[in-house]
Amino acid sequence: MAALGIFDTANLNGGQKLAMKYFAVSLALFGAQVLFGMLAGLQYLKPDFLYGVLDFSVNRTLHVNAMVVWLLYGFMGGVYWILEEEAGHPVVGLWLGNLIFWILTVAVVIVVLVYLLVQVGPADMKTIWFIMEGREYIEAPRWADIGIVVSVLTFFFNVVATFSKGRFSGIAGVLVMDLLALFGIYLAGMFFTPNVSIDQFWWWWVIHLWVEATWEVLVGCIMAYMLIVTLGVRRKIVETWLYIEVALMFGSGILGLGHHYFWIGTPEYWLTIGGFFSALEPVPLVAMVVHAVFDAGVHKLKSTNHPALGWTIAQAFGNFFGAGVWGFMHTLPQINLYTHGTQWSASHGHLAFFGAYATAVIGFFYLAAQKSRGNVWMSGGLVGAWKWKWAMAFLWIGMIGMTVALLIAGYEQSQIERAIEGSTWMGYFAAQGHPWFVQAMKWRQISGWAFTLGYVLLVWDLLSIGRRETRPAAAHAHAD
Amino acid sequence: MAQTLWWASESFWRKTAIWVTGGSFIILIFLTFDTMKYITAGGKQVPGYAIINKRVDYQFNEAQNRYLPVIGPDEPLFGKMLSEQEAEALVTKGKLTTQAKNCMECHTLLGNGAYYAPDLTKAWLDPAWGSKEVREESMVAFLMDPSDKLHNSIGRRMPKLGITEEEARATVAFLKWMSAINTLGFPHNFKAIDQSDPAPASAPAASAPATPEVAPAADAAPAQQ
Repeated sequence: MAALGIFDTANLNGGQKLAMKYFAVSLALFGAQVLFGMLAGLQYLKPDFLYGVLDFSVNRTLHVNAMVVWLLYGFMGGVYWILEEEAGHPVVGLWLGNLIFWILTVAVVIVVLVYLLVQVGPADMKTIWFIMEGREYIEAPRWADIGIVVSVLTFFFNVVATFSKGRFSGIAGVLVMDLLALFGIYLAGMFFTPNVSIDQFWWWWVIHLWVEATWEVLVGCIMAYMLIVTLGVRRKIVETWLYIEVALMFGSGILGLGHHYFWIGTPEYWLTIGGFFSALEPVPLVAMVVHAVFDAGVHKLKSTNHPALGWTIAQAFGNFFGAGVWGFMHTLPQINLYTHGTQWSASHGHLAFFGAYATAVIGFFYLAAQKSRGNVWMSGGLVGAWKWKWAMAFLWIGMIGMTVALLIAGYEQSQIERAIEGSTWMGYFAAQGHPWFVQAMKWRQISGWAFTLGYVLLVWDLLSIGRRETRPAAAHAHAD
Repeated sequence: MAQTLWWASESFWRKTAIWVTGGSFIILIFLTFDTMKYITAGGKQVPGYAIINKRVDYQFNEAQNRYLPVIGPDEPLFGKMLSEQEAEALVTKGKLTTQAKNCMECHTLLGNGAYYAPDLTKAWLDPAWGSKEVREESMVAFLMDPSDKLHNSIGRRMPKLGITEEEARATVAFLKWMSAINTLGFPHNFKAIDQSDPAPASAPAASAPATPEVAPAADAAPAQQ
């Protein structure tokens, strides 16, 4: 084992070595998301900026796709990270996992290059197969879809086989069932239909049941492990909470899918079902906050990894406010009639994805940073601790700034475009040109700069944290 | 630690999680089958593709207290009556165009997508096209090369995406068909283009940001062609 504070993958088990690769790509794609988000944001203020070269549609495609992929890479890394310790067994078929990592990563690079250089194609199935599918969030062409399915199946095999040979814990059971659902649901998005209502019906199966159900549970699993390692919370407590969260999450989230079926040609009963169940969706998120805060309090915030713990608590609150409160604010059909398809959704989307998912993955980045330096002390008195604190501060200031600015834009749009002007072309631009909207977009861009600074600090910190640290974390061993 | 109460026990919540998840999913499957009856083309809320042969309007419905599509007399797209199969082929091409050109990453369709450009749900009925006489050709010309056409006063423009005339016409067909979907009143308060016969003198398309004229209530007029 290498000396404390020196980066060496010899400090890691097999699954964790693979996880490091996923985390590295994940962090890079996070940067891509920020970059293309900044370009797209700037186009709201300067419409001629990169017009005809990198149009808004290209930047936004890359912005949202980079997000989906960096979070998925982060989750997969997170699962490989916990796998051997959780199962008490080396990863089964690790070479296959490594092979798939490279294939998947090459595929991602090709897809990104095609988005950037080819952008659009003629109206035939060749475009759908090789250039893009033109469906928000899941634009990846069909060949890449198939690649994703194969990769996920391999990943699933690694996970199930490892748990089967080792120990099948409660976390493992939930994780395996959740991955199965996550995989199965993706298939619902892989077909073409001229019928836009049917298209969007199944499209939401993928988007909603991923983001508001299976991703939440996946994060619940890896954060359960996180609480065990950062705070030393007893497994029995963590796993009981995990079951409660699954019951509440799926109990509200599966039929909460209905809030996407208000206005797409679907029958009227979805107004009631979607409104009711999505109103319940914040409940599990409250449970998660209670759980995290309670555990952190019981253990008096004692942890050997302060940044990871910080991001864990940030995840609980971010999830509650971003997904829960911001989602609930516009989820009832009575308000959604006016807010649907406005910057409200962008405001909610930003805070929810960051609060619920980015935070969790960043927490895992810090676990990885700690262990890859020989499990160094990363708590009180850490050398250069200002970096993680300022990175976190700037990321949050930036994110809250963007969220609030977009919310103001959303209010203005709902009022002027939707309520007064009635969503015509003229109404749309009357709202987009209004000083309140323009002002909001300026503040969104300024906040974006703060976020970008936070990202740069985060990368710097992750590469350097613990470098000059010689105290081991092991002295503060965790409870079983 | 004292004995765990049943409602706080791991096994109770594990079973609850399984039953709640399974139950919710079964209800979702059942509702999905039922919903298909409404959203299949020609179903209760989504029209068959040959609807593009008719006049499609969007009016406030007093009884339901919401805006709903109103289907009028024959008013074939580009002056040509199509069979259901021909109409489906045309709408299919149009839908494929919207995907191949990634429309959804600027526009919203049925309110879903990105927010950089207007919602397309009722684009066919937008008063910005001027008059119904020039609408079809204006839409085709706009789709084929929007870069030099007037959009708005804030300088935001749609890029030229290499849309061919065939694709543009198909896209117009798709938009007309989409405007006939019963979206339960979304968008609310939308004032559709005047489609009454005889039509008033045409106004220039998408001019200064003035309030669009409200169409006088029109009864079904004899079909053209």
